[in-house]
Amino acid sequence: MSDSPIAPPRPRSPNIQIYRPQLTSVLSIVNRISGGILAVAGIGLVAWLVAAADGPQAYSAAQSALASPVGRIVLFAVTFAFFLHLCGSIRHLAWDAGYGFELRAIYASGWVVVAASIVLTLAAWIAPLFVTW
Amino acid sequence: MVSRQMRSPFGRPAGLGSAKEGVEHWWRERVTGVALLPLTLWFIVFVMHSSRDYAAFVAWLKMPLATCMMILLLIALFYHAALGLQVIIEDYVHSAIKSPALILMRLSCFGLVVVGILAVLRIVFGH
Repeated sequence: MSDSPIAPPRPRSPNIQIYRPQLTSVLSIVNRISGGILAVAGIGLVAWLVAAADGPQAYSAAQSALASPVGRIVLFAVTFAFFLHLCGSIRHLAWDAGYGFELRAIYASGWVVVAASIVLTLAAWIAPLFVTW
Repeated sequence: MVSRQMRSPFGRPAGLGSAKEGVEHWWRERVTGVALLPLTLWFIVFVMHSSRDYAAFVAWLKMPLATCMMILLLIALFYHAALGLQVIIEDYVHSAIKSPALILMRLSCFGLVVVGILAVLRIVFGH
């Protein structure tokens, strides 16, 4: 049986190889992956602060690295990961409080997370072009 | 029945969850997450407009509120990251490197907080 030392390894549930991806399962793993991306981005944040602490030269080098095409793509991806994680986590907080467990509500809030993340990411990148302090 | 222990019968199971750690990890993840909500949004809004040139960025970070928010952001961010990465490692790493990986991850988060705060203080108070 399962506790026998010679038992062959059994497939575990959920068997994701044969599982059709659903909004619920995809957003579940997306929240985890985006969290991982943001943890790595935290290293970048510290590196950026260290560059600023080093002086104007290191800071402008860091800024031009961020402004390069690769830097912009990475920064855009991190922004999207941030808003996915933010919106997904607010959905989790609602669940923690006991709200939104009906199937319709789960799918509705899931699509809201996707739409809000896209809108907020674009807004964060477009707003600086128009807003001048 | 008189217990020979000093603890009350309630004291034994109090706070003990399925893994004998209760909801502490889950709760700290929520509290740090909620703290990160205003901190990260503040960071995005204000850093995006003041980070273009060095002098403006330094002048902005020297404001006491900005200094405090930046340091709080670093603490909450890496506390939250350590809690999340812990669960990821526990879920996917089942070999002998699980414990070393957990220790390395947590020490790295500690180190990044210290380096980050020191960098902020050095920017604010000069070299």
